[in-house]
This record gives sequence, C-alpha cells and structure tokens, in this order.
Amino acid sequence: MTRKTIKVDYLARVEGEGGVRITFDDRVVSNVELRIFEPPRFFEAFLRGRAYTEAPDITARICGICPVAYQMSAVHAMEDALGVTVSEPVRELRRLLYCGEWIESHVLHIYMLHAPDFLGYDGAIDMAKDHGDVVRDGLELKKIGNEILELLGGRAIHPVNVRVGGFYRAPTRREFQPLAERLRRARDIALTTVRFVSGFDFPDCERDYEFVSLGGAGEYPFNAGHVVSNKGLDITPQDYDAHFEESHVKRSNALHSHLHGRPYLTGPIARYSLNSALLSPIALDAAKQAGLGPTCNNPFRSIVVRAVEVLYACDEALRIIDAYQQPEQPHLDLSVHAGVGYACTEAPRGMLYHRYRLDEEGTILDAKIVPPTSQNQPSIEDDLKFFAADWLDMPDEALRIRCEQAVRNHDPCISCATHFLKLEVVRG
Amino acid sequence: MAERLVVGIGNPDRGDDAVGRLVAHTLRVRAPVDVRVVEQGGEATALLAELQSVQQAWLIDAAQSGASPGTIHRIDCSVAAPAIPPGTVSSHGFSLAEALGMARALNVLPPRCIVYAIEAADFTFGAAPARAVTRAAQDVVERILAEIAIPPRPSCHRRPHRAPVTDRQ
Repeated sequence: MTRKTIKVDYLARVEGEGGVRITFDDRVVSNVELRIFEPPRFFEAFLRGRAYTEAPDITARICGICPVAYQMSAVHAMEDALGVTVSEPVRELRRLLYCGEWIESHVLHIYMLHAPDFLGYDGAIDMAKDHGDVVRDGLELKKIGNEILELLGGRAIHPVNVRVGGFYRAPTRREFQPLAERLRRARDIALTTVRFVSGFDFPDCERDYEFVSLGGAGEYPFNAGHVVSNKGLDITPQDYDAHFEESHVKRSNALHSHLHGRPYLTGPIARYSLNSALLSPIALDAAKQAGLGPTCNNPFRSIVVRAVEVLYACDEALRIIDAYQQPEQPHLDLSVHAGVGYACTEAPRGMLYHRYRLDEEGTILDAKIVPPTSQNQPSIEDDLKFFAADWLDMPDEALRIRCEQAVRNHDPCISCATHFLKLEVVRG
Repeated sequence: MAERLVVGIGNPDRGDDAVGRLVAHTLRVRAPVDVRVVEQGGEATALLAELQSVQQAWLIDAAQSGASPGTIHRIDCSVAAPAIPPGTVSSHGFSLAEALGMARALNVLPPRCIVYAIEAADFTFGAAPARAVTRAAQDVVERILAEIAIPPRPSCHRRPHRAPVTDRQ
C-alpha cells in the first residue's frame, strides 16, 4: 500500500487556530482530520449567574468578525424566554445592523482571504500589488459596512447599542441620510464585485449537501423564520435540541454537530439554495448573470454567493433606510419571569443557535451556543474526503493549496467554534 | 483630513497590550491640536482607512521579539519592507505588519511613517501593564512629541531602495 499525507500545521487566512491532515491510501482518501486546537473558551459557563441583560454584550465578545450575530441570537432568545415580540421598526433596525455585519464579514473574506486563492497569490498584499483598484473597492465596501455598525451599533466592532427588547437609542431619520448616499455607492461596488468573482476559474466540484438555514418567513433570512433544510426539515428554534446533537471528537476543541446523525451544511450556499427566490430583484438578477441557478452545490462558488449576499445587504439596507421612521420607543419595557428561550439567526458563516434558561429574577441558569463553524466541521471534512482524491496527481504544494482553499470555502471562524487551522496530507 | 496622525493600537484590558493606547491617551492631551490621535484594536482594514491621505503617521503597538519588556523599537516604514517585530495577531491574521504591507502595495503609505513597537510580555486579561512597559510608554510620548515638533526632512520621505532602519534601546 502506498500512503501519502498532506499536512497543514496552521491554516492561513482563516480566523483562529487550526490545521488539516489528509491521508491517501492507494489513491483513496482514507482519513481527513480538521484539527481545532485553539483552546476552549467556556463562554457558556461564563454566562451562568449573569443577568439576562448581559448576554448580548458578553456573547458579542466571542467574535470580532460577527459580534452582531451573537447579539441578535442572544436578544431573540431572551425575548422568547420573556414572551415578548419587538415592534416592526425595531425588527427592521435589527435587519439593518445585520446588513452591516454581512457586508463587513463577507467583504473581508472575499477580498482578503478567498480571492487570492483563485488569482494565484499567497495573500491579499501580493494580490493588491497587481489588483490595487479591486482591493481598494473591497476596502471601501467594508468601510461602508463598518459605518452601518458605527451609526446604529455605536462602534464598528462589538457594538454597544443592542439590548434585550430593542436598542438603547434609535438614530433619527436625518442621521441615516449620509449613510444612504454611501450605500448607493456600496451597491455599485457590490455589483462590480459579483461580476469580478464570477469570472474566476472554479473547480467542477458538486456535492449533495443537506443544507440548513432559516427560511419560511417570506424574506431572505437574517433573524426570523423556521429552521429548514432541503431534505424536509421544518422546525422552530424551540425544537432545535430534539433534532440536532453535538458531540466531542478528540481532534477538535469545537464540538461537532449533526442533524439526526447526519452531517449538514449551513452558511451562504445553504442560505442561498433555500432562499434565493427571496433575494431583491437586483441581487437575483446579478446572481443569474453570474451563472448561479436557484441552488448552488459547488462550495468553491461560495465566493460568488457571498458577493450576491453583499449586494443584497446593500440593497436591503437602502430599503430599510428609505422606509425608516424613528420608533417612539427604541426598546420594550420588560417584565422578568422564569423561562427558557431559544433563537436561531443567520451569522455571515451560517446559522447560530442560542438557548438560555432563566430564573424568576432573570439570572441565567444555563446557556447553550452552537456556532456555524461547529456545525460545518463534519461537512468540511466530507468535502475533502469527496473531492481530494481527484486532486491527488497535483504537485504537493498545489495539492496543499487546493485543500486549504476547500476549507476556506466555508470561511471557518475557529475562535467562534471553540468558543480553530494547521493542513496535513498523508499520501499512501 | 488630518496631515498628521497618531494611532495607538492594542487591547486596553490585556496587560502590556494596552501600551499603544496608553501612548495615544497621553498624546491626545499633549500633542498639537492639528494632530489626529486615535486608538484602535488592531484591525488592519480600519488602520488602512486611517492612513489614507495622511502625510505623517506615528503608530504605536506592543511587540514580542524576545527583548526585555519595555524595550523600544523605532521603525521607519518610509523605507522599503520594514521589519516589524511580531506582536499580537488580530482576527484572520491581519495585524500591523499586514496593514503596512497593504498600504505600501496600494501606494497609500504616508510619506513619513514611524512605528514605535514596545516590547511586551504579559497579555493576561484584566491585568495592568508592567511598570517597565508604562515607563517605555512615557519615553515614547516624549520621543513622538519631539518628532512632531520637527518638520520632516526631505530625507525622511519615501526612499524605496534603502534598507530598513531599526533602532533598539
């Protein structure tokens, strides 16, 4: 038997610390291990004994890239526990805040982390030397995402204006007007971005994924809807624990998640495949022009889907701002009682589940947080099991790069998942 | 747009990592009013945005090169490929060195761009910076104020073929 191992000790251009080891025995991928060695961070334990009001700001600290996702899942879960529903203007402001985070996070991944793979550069700095205008566009687009968070969230990272029941302060309509001008420019850049990335050379790799995302709310999902899949799942977040289970594997400090024992995929291509008809006309048209059908089963094309979602986020943000009327009360007055609350919202990388149990004074008795990267680990390993055998004749360095790229397709956020990357390939 | 910029980089709640922000905090009071002083967590694209159209910049960050805590590295980034001592790594691996590399690639590096990297040792959450590090911060404040007071000589402007200049104290 001939054995070959490809080993990447530290995956580059991902968030956090992890690696990959792939073993080939007689041209067959015999083992893939996505290793997450970033230490566990114990946020669920930190939350015990804290007031329900503290969860949005504590959980935001799990991630500097997607703090809004943590805040949104936290506030929705607390509101579920307390049996309240926020007003429509507050719900719209929450969608706007999520638009800002999707723009920030997706643009960082498209331009700084993933595009260099397709254009043959070691990183964004090398790419910028030859594609300066493209990178400048990306930086400007990301800055406009930051500006949404700064205005509505109080600052660009770890926003401070979110509270259970709404916002501490709702901006005036006048305050949003300069942002509307900037968003019209952002929408133009986003459209150019879709066209730019759709011209990349994509490996012919498709898989029959079980896609999971929010859906069924009549809108492209941020923070409302059922948990649905393309294989018949349709449940409320309250039923999440009855269908999804987490388990520990020795190679990872992030728990693996399965749906009835099966791996599944969450994130942009899942969200798109389950909800593409709900995109705004400009985003839907751009997706068609970029060669995307109603679903996308090629993970390498996730960069195109991210670009479409950025375009949608710019367009949706403009819609919200144009229709905005400052709410009379930026937040609900809440009465506290014991309860259990559940919520799923759509972080840029995929669905994020929170569950909290509160006592009669609103103190958190226990918490459960399931981040998207934790859910996607088995599918990332399966991608490599499924695709890598066809790449075996590549030179070692090219094979290593392709395998790393396959991991980056899913924009793993290791720090979130440990609340993870090194690549190691063993050829037999 | 400010012609002159000071950026203190770091996490104020992680021991010695606060040093860049300590320097900025003092300079906000003591620097001339036309000098823009900002504090940042170290996210590269935010730093890049600050550097746009600035003529002179002083950037202060914690570093870990193996020297003793409080050692001051002064790096003139106006010359080619400066060697930035490794410091704390921000999300997605983009840190000060990457931000400066990107600024150079995009031709937006200020003509005069000085990095003060102060050797740090303890990054414990919630800890105060070590005395050696806070003393170094005070020294860097005085050095930057002195540099701000002196207009840049033509020789300070970008000279792409010179070797990097690093002096350690």
